[in-house]
Amino acid sequence: MGKYILKRIGTALLTLLIITFLLFLLVRIMPGNPFPSERMSDDMIANKRAEMGLDDPILTQFANYMRKLLFHGDFGNGTSLYYGVPINTVLSTCISNSFRIGGLAILIGTLLGLALGITAALHRGKFLDGFCTVLSIIGVCVPSYVFLIFLQYYFSFRIPFFPYFFDQKRFLFSSVIPSLSLSLFTLSTIARFTRNEMVEVMDSDYVRLAEAKGLYGGSLIRRHVFRNALIPIVTVLAPLIVDLLTGALVVEKIYGINGIGKLMVDAITGEGIDYNYVLALGILYSALYIGIMLLLDILYGILDPRIRVQGKAGDA
Amino acid sequence: MSEKIPGLNQTDSKTILEIRNLDISFRTSAGIIHAIRGVNLDLCKGETVAIVGESGSGKSVTMKAVMGLLDSNATVNSGEILYTYTDAQGKSVTTDLLKMSKKDLRQNINGQRIAMVFQDPMTSLDPTMTIGKQIMEGMFLHERMDRGAAQARALELLNLVGIPDAEKRFKNYPHQLSGGMRQRVVIAIALSANPDILICDEPTTALDVTIQARILELIMEIQQKMKLSVVYITHDLGVVAKVADYVDVMYAGRIVEVGNVNEIFFEPKHPYTWGLLSAMPDLDTEDDRLYSIPGSPPNLLREPKGDAFAARNRFAMAIDEKAEPPLFQVSPTHWAATWLLHPDAPKVDMPPELRARLERARKEAEKYL
Repeated sequence: MGKYILKRIGTALLTLLIITFLLFLLVRIMPGNPFPSERMSDDMIANKRAEMGLDDPILTQFANYMRKLLFHGDFGNGTSLYYGVPINTVLSTCISNSFRIGGLAILIGTLLGLALGITAALHRGKFLDGFCTVLSIIGVCVPSYVFLIFLQYYFSFRIPFFPYFFDQKRFLFSSVIPSLSLSLFTLSTIARFTRNEMVEVMDSDYVRLAEAKGLYGGSLIRRHVFRNALIPIVTVLAPLIVDLLTGALVVEKIYGINGIGKLMVDAITGEGIDYNYVLALGILYSALYIGIMLLLDILYGILDPRIRVQGKAGDA
Repeated sequence: MSEKIPGLNQTDSKTILEIRNLDISFRTSAGIIHAIRGVNLDLCKGETVAIVGESGSGKSVTMKAVMGLLDSNATVNSGEILYTYTDAQGKSVTTDLLKMSKKDLRQNINGQRIAMVFQDPMTSLDPTMTIGKQIMEGMFLHERMDRGAAQARALELLNLVGIPDAEKRFKNYPHQLSGGMRQRVVIAIALSANPDILICDEPTTALDVTIQARILELIMEIQQKMKLSVVYITHDLGVVAKVADYVDVMYAGRIVEVGNVNEIFFEPKHPYTWGLLSAMPDLDTEDDRLYSIPGSPPNLLREPKGDAFAARNRFAMAIDEKAEPPLFQVSPTHWAATWLLHPDAPKVDMPPELRARLERARKEAEKYL
């Protein structure tokens, strides 16, 4: 197991390094530049470029960037956005907002999704199964921002209970509506997946054998069904989590949350493309994705002995 | 009481499982399939019964009914499955398994009294649990053993089913074992709570030919040691010849011929049994083609009219189209459901090539007796 984890961590770090380099190149190649040309003269731009080291050879630029990033954890300053404020400062607020709302959404989505899926599987073919299936299809089809507007309308406007916009001071309270709407897709996906996996496992030969042994009801589900159904669920969980942590773009915009989704849009569509912000966010997204994949890979290994233990087959 | 029911052998050994007039149908999207149409079957203590038939003849369904493992779309229309056992006070108790609730069945019958070995060992073990745990599960459940005792017994079972290095294997996961080894583990699981009856559903079909014989020998050896009654479900007549005392031939949800193993192999009366025996590969034959029964089993979505086998039977008579044949008695233990046995029927014997072949087999068998 230790070797398995070490190997995974090594691969993850290498992947991240390669991605960082590619991102660095791509940002430089991208059409457009960080300076609003209509408000700056050519001389000013040339000065600025020299000051930011944009005229150095690309490998030198990369080496400088990596040195700052690795040894000081510093993403540098924005090249056009929030001029003069270190990216780290801006990023930390945005990350904390996005992560807390996204994390809450993951928690709600996963727990309710599992509950719904298990309920459906245990009542296979009956009313509850159909009901859960319809619910989860609606959940997959309705975009989260539509659900957000719906919640906003009914629970902030008609019944003024929750705040209408995000309020940093009342964090938890004002996270309810965006978290709920964000969790909808995850919830439905997990519910459908759980239901199908459980049903498949319940039809498997080894569950038949467990029944033949005399297991039934809750202990049968706990001991033989759940763990086996959980393994594939873990796999779909990874991209869903990353999506929630990073992809709350529209919801963040509508609900006025200062999050990384909103920051990304601003960095690209501002007066100039902000090289450092785009790069920082790109690296952050990749690191998140790789980190979560790594975590789930390890979880996968814990759940599934076929990955953890490799053994020789004996002869009969 | 069993004397009056046709199709049951009248030996004086104690029956422990009596299936009476079992009738099961399945609801499917295509309609209702009447899969089991009045099956009677007896299993006596210490004996081995083999149920033979093509895929879909209902042999597995019959035994799944005994285990309470029928799929949720199955309905038992009628019948009884009477199981006789000795309870903790030493009294003989007979219960109808079909009347028991699932919970009751799991708690009191499955595993500890009637256990089952499944067809495919590659899929019948839980991939996420060590084999030791899977073997001990039944003991915790039924015998409330403590961990140490259960572990000792599990190791003993692993040795009994012929797994070398039991201590090491105990902590292995199923994927670390080969098919034959896994089937041994499945057998160990079945034996874990000391059952009376072992149902083996095609226990060697998914295995390598070289392993098949060893697994059969293992089951026979354990049967002797633990005084088990065994039911084999199989389509392999080679297996039947090797292990069975009595044979039930099933076709389209009914038992069409029943007898002891010699009667079925050397004096078969039903044309379907003739077909099955002719379809066995044989090295000494002059014919260079392998015989197969023409056609395929009837679709039980529609109730067959007359004898279900008539369409594939080259000895079929006019009455086969009209009425289903009852079981005619051939000997105290031998019955067959074919109109050919009716006193008014023309005298028809099995095909001469089959007769010759069975004679050869008999001579071969006598050499070893």
